[in-house]
Amino acid sequence: MTRSRRIRLQALRFVIFALAAAFFLVPIGAMFEFSTRGIGINSARTFSAWAAIPSTPELATAITVSLELALITSLLMLGLLLPTMVWVRLRLPRLNRIVEFICLMPLTVPAIALVVGIKPLYIWISLNFTDSILALSFAYLILVLPYAYRSLDAGLAAIDLKILTEAARSLGAGWGTVMLRVVVPNMPTAILNASLLSASLVLGEYTFANLLNYENLQVAIQYVSLVSAGTSIAVAVASLLFAFVLLMILSFAGGRLQVRSPGQRA
Amino acid sequence: MGTITRAAATGVEVRLEHLRRVFAGVVALDELSLTLAPGELVALLGPSGCGKTTALRLVAGLDEVTSGKVLFGGTDVTTLGANRRDVGMVFQAYSLFPHMTARQNVAFGLQMRRVDEQERKRRADAMLELVGLSGFADRYAHQLSGGQQQRVALARALAIQPKVLLLDEPLSALDAKVRGRLRDEIRRVQLEVGITTLFVTHDQEEALAIADRVGVMNKGRLEQLGPPTTIYTRPATPFVAEFVGLTNRIEGDVKGGEVIVRGTRLPLVRPDTPDGQAVALVRPEAVSLGSDGDAGGDAGGGPLVGTVIAVAFLGATSRVTVDLGDVIVLAQMPTSQASAHPAGSRVRLTLRPDPVLIARDETAAAEA
Repeated sequence: MTRSRRIRLQALRFVIFALAAAFFLVPIGAMFEFSTRGIGINSARTFSAWAAIPSTPELATAITVSLELALITSLLMLGLLLPTMVWVRLRLPRLNRIVEFICLMPLTVPAIALVVGIKPLYIWISLNFTDSILALSFAYLILVLPYAYRSLDAGLAAIDLKILTEAARSLGAGWGTVMLRVVVPNMPTAILNASLLSASLVLGEYTFANLLNYENLQVAIQYVSLVSAGTSIAVAVASLLFAFVLLMILSFAGGRLQVRSPGQRA
Repeated sequence: MGTITRAAATGVEVRLEHLRRVFAGVVALDELSLTLAPGELVALLGPSGCGKTTALRLVAGLDEVTSGKVLFGGTDVTTLGANRRDVGMVFQAYSLFPHMTARQNVAFGLQMRRVDEQERKRRADAMLELVGLSGFADRYAHQLSGGQQQRVALARALAIQPKVLLLDEPLSALDAKVRGRLRDEIRRVQLEVGITTLFVTHDQEEALAIADRVGVMNKGRLEQLGPPTTIYTRPATPFVAEFVGLTNRIEGDVKGGEVIVRGTRLPLVRPDTPDGQAVALVRPEAVSLGSDGDAGGDAGGGPLVGTVIAVAFLGATSRVTVDLGDVIVLAQMPTSQASAHPAGSRVRLTLRPDPVLIARDETAAAEA
């Protein structure tokens, strides 16, 4: 490659990066700008909208609830998906495609169709078991399946699952120990990826919560915006930034742990 | 189960009774019966797909039998899971847990048995010393060479003082020099610990060198079981003769319990072979060479006269390749004798009248 071509390529990269950055940052910057406006045309900048977040009770509970949902959904997802995928790979490899198909299906069904289908079930749950919003985790579990599956699938493909589990079994480990002591420690990146993707999806979810009459973070932002536009935008910015931070952790941790796997196309 | 004493490590008898395994209609293992004496090392030898690995996995409990039994020291373990069988296993592929150091790997099985931490460390270090890796306890798998990883795997398998040691082609992934060294090392450790061992390999040299007895397997069946010398010098079937060691295939005539190969009468291992044209299997060691004309007689070029086309120096012995015109014959002899017959020289072949086997038609077809 000649020198001038390399410089041009660099320039092109920079332009694309700048455009992409602008695409994401300008709206957030605008939101931030809006959330710090004072009342009246020429009034000074103020953080009163931000300061109002903790003192708006709906918001405070909604934030807590959404974080709890994110955590529970991630744990449920790992508890359900990881053992299933390991078992299918080891014992029922023919089912691999079917499991993949099932896990990816939620991507192809619009959220609104899922909600309509799931609504009677949730009415029954709230009447007979619990009206806690945390029951939403089960619906969210379905939503996060495609992303979590992809990530865990890549992690499992990178280790010699069969040999490692057989070695552990022959040394006296039961299946639970095999999972916790051998499988999980050897795919930290994949598990982190799956969890963070699930968490950020749950934090941004609106359709399910709203149509099933639960008040999660996004629904609360919507309500608050009716009363105080500034505060609702401030929360929206904060939750976006939080998701960004999660994704940054993901990509940095991923990049650091990936060094081990050779054989990728350059 | 919890107490592990030194005595537990000394061998128990391992019995395989009519083991059978069918995978989706295909018989992988057919009625394998085999008894390993306490402390004995038996090698199962055979080409890939012969059922030897299946047999090992059934003993380990990593696969379920279709029928048959596995007994350790008289106790039926056929239905026990792999984690409750007390077997130590070394795999062909590198199987160390990548997130643990060598010491942690070796201690893993002890931890499963709730041995306390100090004792774990002491025993792990002792095992690493046994396999000659005392200085490598804190290394991770990716900081060890292939041979070192397999040594750690051996130490890990032995640390739990299992009833049986199972070795599934543990040397196949290594290069030739390391393979030979580690092979001898495995045998030394096995004798030192006195553990009953089943060793699976497709490499006949490995099997013959290391085992007390060798079982040659083909198509799911045990063809012959015996000490290495018997397997080599008195193969029971044509398959064993051809799979173990080098064998010349020379056409001859079967007549009345003998085979006449180019004028030389050779006795048959199975005198009941029907008369007719056949291919005799002759070991290179049974072929000796003399200079053409030495023997007197038909000096004009008898049926066993040919030209040396190559001499391979193997150390103490050499292998001479002779072209008889229509067939190539290998002869193996001490190097001092072979040096009398450089490439290009004319030689007369003599066949020692050892009992020979006749090649089966099916193997002849498979070779073609």
